[in-house]
Amino acid sequence: MELTTIWFLLVAVLFTGYFILEGFDFGVGMLLPVLGRDDRERRVMINTIGPVWDGNEVWLITAGGAMFAAFPEWYATLFSGFYLPLLLILLALIARGVAFEYRHKRPEPTWKRRWDKAIFYGSLIPAILWGVAFANILRGVPLSADHEYVGGLLNLLNPYALLGGATTAALFATHGAVFIALKTLGDIRDRAAALAVRLGAATAVLAVAFLAWTLTIRSSAAAIVLAAGAALALLGGLAAAKVRREGWAFTGTAVAIALAVATLFAALFPNVLPSTLDPAGTLTATNAASTPYTLKIMTWVAVIFTPIVLAYQGWTYWVFRKRIGVTHIPQQ
Amino acid sequence: MDALDVARWQFGVTTVYHFLFVPLTIGLSVLVAILQTLWHRTGNKKYLKLTRFYGKLFLINFAMGVVTGIVQEFQFGMNWSDYSRFVGDIFGAPLAIEALVAFFLESTFIGLWIFGWDRLPKRVHLATIWAAAIGTNLSAYFILAANSFMQNPVGYRYNPDTGRAELTDFVAVLTNEVALITFPHTIAGAFLVAGSLLVAVALWHLIRNRDSADTPAYRFAAKFGAWVTLAATAAVVITGDIQGKIMTEVQPMKMAAAEGLYHTESPAPFSVLTIGSLDGSRELFAIKIPYLLSYLGTGDPDGTVHGINDLQALYSAQYGPGSYTPIIPVTYWSFRFMIGFGLAAAAIALLVLWTQRRGRAVPNSKWLLRAGLAMPILPLLANSFGWIFTEMGRQPWIVFGEMLTRDGVSRSVSLAEVLTSFTAFTLIYAILAVIEVKLLVRYAKAGVPDVTPTPEPDDTDDAERPLAFAY
Repeated sequence: MELTTIWFLLVAVLFTGYFILEGFDFGVGMLLPVLGRDDRERRVMINTIGPVWDGNEVWLITAGGAMFAAFPEWYATLFSGFYLPLLLILLALIARGVAFEYRHKRPEPTWKRRWDKAIFYGSLIPAILWGVAFANILRGVPLSADHEYVGGLLNLLNPYALLGGATTAALFATHGAVFIALKTLGDIRDRAAALAVRLGAATAVLAVAFLAWTLTIRSSAAAIVLAAGAALALLGGLAAAKVRREGWAFTGTAVAIALAVATLFAALFPNVLPSTLDPAGTLTATNAASTPYTLKIMTWVAVIFTPIVLAYQGWTYWVFRKRIGVTHIPQQ
Repeated sequence: MDALDVARWQFGVTTVYHFLFVPLTIGLSVLVAILQTLWHRTGNKKYLKLTRFYGKLFLINFAMGVVTGIVQEFQFGMNWSDYSRFVGDIFGAPLAIEALVAFFLESTFIGLWIFGWDRLPKRVHLATIWAAAIGTNLSAYFILAANSFMQNPVGYRYNPDTGRAELTDFVAVLTNEVALITFPHTIAGAFLVAGSLLVAVALWHLIRNRDSADTPAYRFAAKFGAWVTLAATAAVVITGDIQGKIMTEVQPMKMAAAEGLYHTESPAPFSVLTIGSLDGSRELFAIKIPYLLSYLGTGDPDGTVHGINDLQALYSAQYGPGSYTPIIPVTYWSFRFMIGFGLAAAAIALLVLWTQRRGRAVPNSKWLLRAGLAMPILPLLANSFGWIFTEMGRQPWIVFGEMLTRDGVSRSVSLAEVLTSFTAFTLIYAILAVIEVKLLVRYAKAGVPDVTPTPEPDDTDDAERPLAFAY
């Protein structure tokens, strides 16, 4: 296999990992005002992701770094072109990250309410905007022959991309609800499970519409199979959530996210950022790539360190495998 | 004002801001790990209290370092896309490796450390803080290797067909002589900050809570911090000296700019303080130490140090007409502030050790308290000015000798867009700075915590036990 193809796959894998892991972090954040009825319940929710959210976010940093190293043209065009959405994502991630750490540092209800807002918007905004961004990558954007984005902001806010944003937000919220049901005890667990089913039904409608629209824009045999698989996994996850098989429900939503991301990348290949303007502007896995020497070194590093990272991150989830409930939260 | 200026200001503001948190994260992660190791080895509660106490301050700071770090990685693509295209083949690799090899380690194990107090066996829990500390320090290496390529590009060739720099020798990039010396210099600078913080907080408690039952803990922290500060200062000075010689060799203009040395001199004096006209034509007032600059730059008291005017003429001939001179007052003063603020912190550390000599109680002195509180601020300023010096001293290059800063900026990003992001980051960073400092002060004043015995985790159900260190 070509090194450029391997790196296309690796970038896809990194974003898949990011959306599965940070997907439920975003979901927990978005559902904080919905499911957390009092401060202790909200603390239970935050503590379900407390030990892992930071490690989950590194998937994004690694994906960005891998893009920079393996496909500098893609990284440069995409990040300068999607300027304002990325700025909003960054501001949201800043507010949300600090909020997790600072929220419990003072007892005043106003203080906590403000950080709760930061967690909510800090989760909602990226959950929407990642969908908008990836839908635009798939749809293609106006690029000049020398790979510069010439579209402006409004170009990114087309109906297809907005549907993409609604889909990722709904999908992550469902994934988060399923995760809370999996990780908590008591009343909040029951409410999360019930909400997951209701949210999931709406998500399924959005996801099927979005994936179908995607395949009309760009398609391949693999993409069709993956899209069908994503829809089935989501429905399977919802069925499991309904009968309270929470482990299976979480597996279902996680696989659905993985296959949905895979659908986008499969439909995109071998392009990485198609141009809707000048076909010469289209970035592909070949013309956006680094030299074979750089890719070879990066491949070795990835081959050696990815299993190690997966092992210790997996171990973290094992250490914190137990469910938590309001009884675990110390009084001030 | 154009998009280039704003993009430069944004990079300066966000990077200096990010680096207010980085040195504390680098240094304090190791110091907290040492404190926890001492507790583990001796069983003395004093060390556990200090681990928990400084651990909290560490985490308040850590969160800020993490979130401001994401901006750094995205910023190259957002504001400096032509730079990213030009060097991506080389510069992207250390950033990606940093994330995969170091940042994952740091972030995952810090989560385990925060939440693992009652979930992990003591030894494993101790290992988690060390893993996080190693990740943090390793992370610095890759970032500095990337930065060093900008100062002294090695291991690459320029490909005229693609119009970009391409990697030819990755080992050369990682063993860039600038990286090898910048790493220990930066790490030592980080320990200078962390040691100073230990002293400042402990000293405040020693002076303000004179009858505290935790005085032995604070005394230990003050002494330990002061020794760390002094050792770090020694390391900063030694590495800085070697770095100066390498700089004279690979970036002579930066050395000349540090000194405001306009004319090539051998031997060259070191200017302690010079006030003169900007073009170097007139000196109004100057204190100079003869031979010292020659010695610092070349290791030989009679060595030749090239002056700005000669280098400017040389570069004009080599790279074409244009100015190749950094803004001299910025480099000249940032260089002096870096050294001055760093040494001031060391002087206070000495004073703190002197006041506690042979078991003496810390004197109840308003001035000592003030000096102590200034301690962490001084090396932070020194770190900031060091970065301002090294980055401004490289100008007008973004990659020395290869690409001008003005050619690296994103062409597709409008002035309005950069202004929006610059304003947004400055605003949110300012707000967070106020919140952060208030929290740090609040938790520093609260003092070391009561440590109720933490039982060893067992296999029986701990369903009802509250979480330690829960969010």
